[in-house]
Amino acid sequence: MTVALATSLGDDALILGQRLAEWCGHAPTLEVDLALANIGLDLLGQAQFFLGAAGAAEGQGRDADTLAYRRREDEFRNCLLVEQPNGDFARTIARQFLFSTWQALLFPDLAQSAAPAIAAIAQKAAKEVAYHARFAAEWVVRLGDGTSESHRRMADGLAWCWRFTDELFMDDTAKFRPEWDSHINATLTQAGLATPKPVRGITGGRHGRHTEHLGHILSALQYLQRVYPDATW
Amino acid sequence: MYTVSLSPETDLHIVAADDTQRNAVFEAKVADDQFIEPKDWMPDAYRKTLIRQISQHAHSEIVGMLPEGNWLTRAPSLRRKAILLAKIQDECGHGLYLYSAAETLGISRDDMTEALHQGRAKYSTIFNYPTLTWADMGAIGWLVDGAAILNQVPLQRTSYGPYARAMVRICKEESFHQRQGYESMMVLAQGTEGQRRMAQDALNRWWWPSLMMFGPPDDQSPNSAQSMRWRIKRDSNDALRQKFVDVTVPQAQALGLTIPDPDLKWNETRNAYDYGAIDWAEFHAVVRGEGPVAKERLAARIDAWESNAWVRDAALAHEAKRSQRKAA
Ligand SMILES: [Fe+2]
Ligand SMILES: [Fe+2]
Repeated sequence: MTVALATSLGDDALILGQRLAEWCGHAPTLEVDLALANIGLDLLGQAQFFLGAAGAAEGQGRDADTLAYRRREDEFRNCLLVEQPNGDFARTIARQFLFSTWQALLFPDLAQSAAPAIAAIAQKAAKEVAYHARFAAEWVVRLGDGTSESHRRMADGLAWCWRFTDELFMDDTAKFRPEWDSHINATLTQAGLATPKPVRGITGGRHGRHTEHLGHILSALQYLQRVYPDATW
Repeated sequence: MYTVSLSPETDLHIVAADDTQRNAVFEAKVADDQFIEPKDWMPDAYRKTLIRQISQHAHSEIVGMLPEGNWLTRAPSLRRKAILLAKIQDECGHGLYLYSAAETLGISRDDMTEALHQGRAKYSTIFNYPTLTWADMGAIGWLVDGAAILNQVPLQRTSYGPYARAMVRICKEESFHQRQGYESMMVLAQGTEGQRRMAQDALNRWWWPSLMMFGPPDDQSPNSAQSMRWRIKRDSNDALRQKFVDVTVPQAQALGLTIPDPDLKWNETRNAYDYGAIDWAEFHAVVRGEGPVAKERLAARIDAWESNAWVRDAALAHEAKRSQRKAA
């Protein structure tokens, strides 16, 4: 239970952090570059803690790095949303907005109810993810309201990501859906954007069945450890 | 200098006298190691030189994010990835402080950015070399940040206040980067055969370009004398380069790595290392924009700027609408 939960939370953070690192040096402004790097660093920190907890709970001597660098793609348990390509800045923001809003609901709850190892990490990360959600929501409003081009791109970004949101609310997390919907809708209304129409949810990440993108992410992420299997860094 | 065209003769005399007096005050302040602040009078050439130097420094920080960014997704451990991302983020912050310092001289960040993209402004030649292996991340921290520190520590006492204060903040972070880079090299140098090979190869490729970071030799450095008098520059290129060689050679020895210079040897009488001839033809070619990845670096910056113009436009449009709604 702890292993599965910590693994999925750690993988979410790792894969999204990896995606955000792709923006580094290429963002729309220096300020945005700094902000995306900040969020990426928070997520990398979460990945280290959650995967460390997963390895400890598993008790087979695997640490966070071993889990991050030596598993196959079908052993990853992140949701499909976080592995989506960055696309343009609007799609990156859409992905962040939908995901961080979910994390921001989940983490305070985990801090109260989860196993101690997970609760402690969630407690610490709750402040971080609340900031990520606010940052993303502010950009959703800017882009939705800004120009006709930014409005169109923001709507496209949301449409791209929307099919992956059902996966966030499977099993134990289903209870967060109504509150998540109301947060999302409030921001979209403020942004002058329509809530995307319901579509058939694409799922599978939590069971190790991923999109085409994860293999490419891992081929970069794991490259050095695979080429130099005996090295420490 | 004042423009003459709009002033009658008599005024010209008064203005010129006024100028001379203000210049005397300025020169005395600088000679006395006092800071010149944005509101103080300063000679036009001093302002121009500072804008050129500070903006070039800022551009270097920003373009310098790219060679290291090249390895972010491939960093070999979660800890190394976080260190690298935080380091590159620091460089972005340095760019921001420096652009702000330059803005106090009456130029906008957008103008400076445009000058970079049009090739009118330069950035450090070092960032036009490719990062081919992970060891380049260690070598850059160790050598490139190391060289930057030697260049920048004296600038903490440079005559222009905002620049000097930016440098104080920046130097602290650069020395942290240097230590992290060296530590990362140490791990490689003490690692497997493959890691040691990678580390030596990185030193081979980065050594000479690092020496070139200090600029042309003193007898070919046209702006140096005036800049030293203005305390914009405080040590000569060759003096700083020598200092770099002298501190770095023992560090390489401690790593068990070989500096790729057969002429390198300790000189008892000078109490310093003699080193081989630098390929200045290569340096001048890189300054002209002919470095191995100069086109890639500039193209990446231009692309980030142009393909995201719609984002900046949207933010401005939203701000405008918001204040309009507030006013209504
Ligand atoms: Fe820097
Ligand atoms: Fe640095």
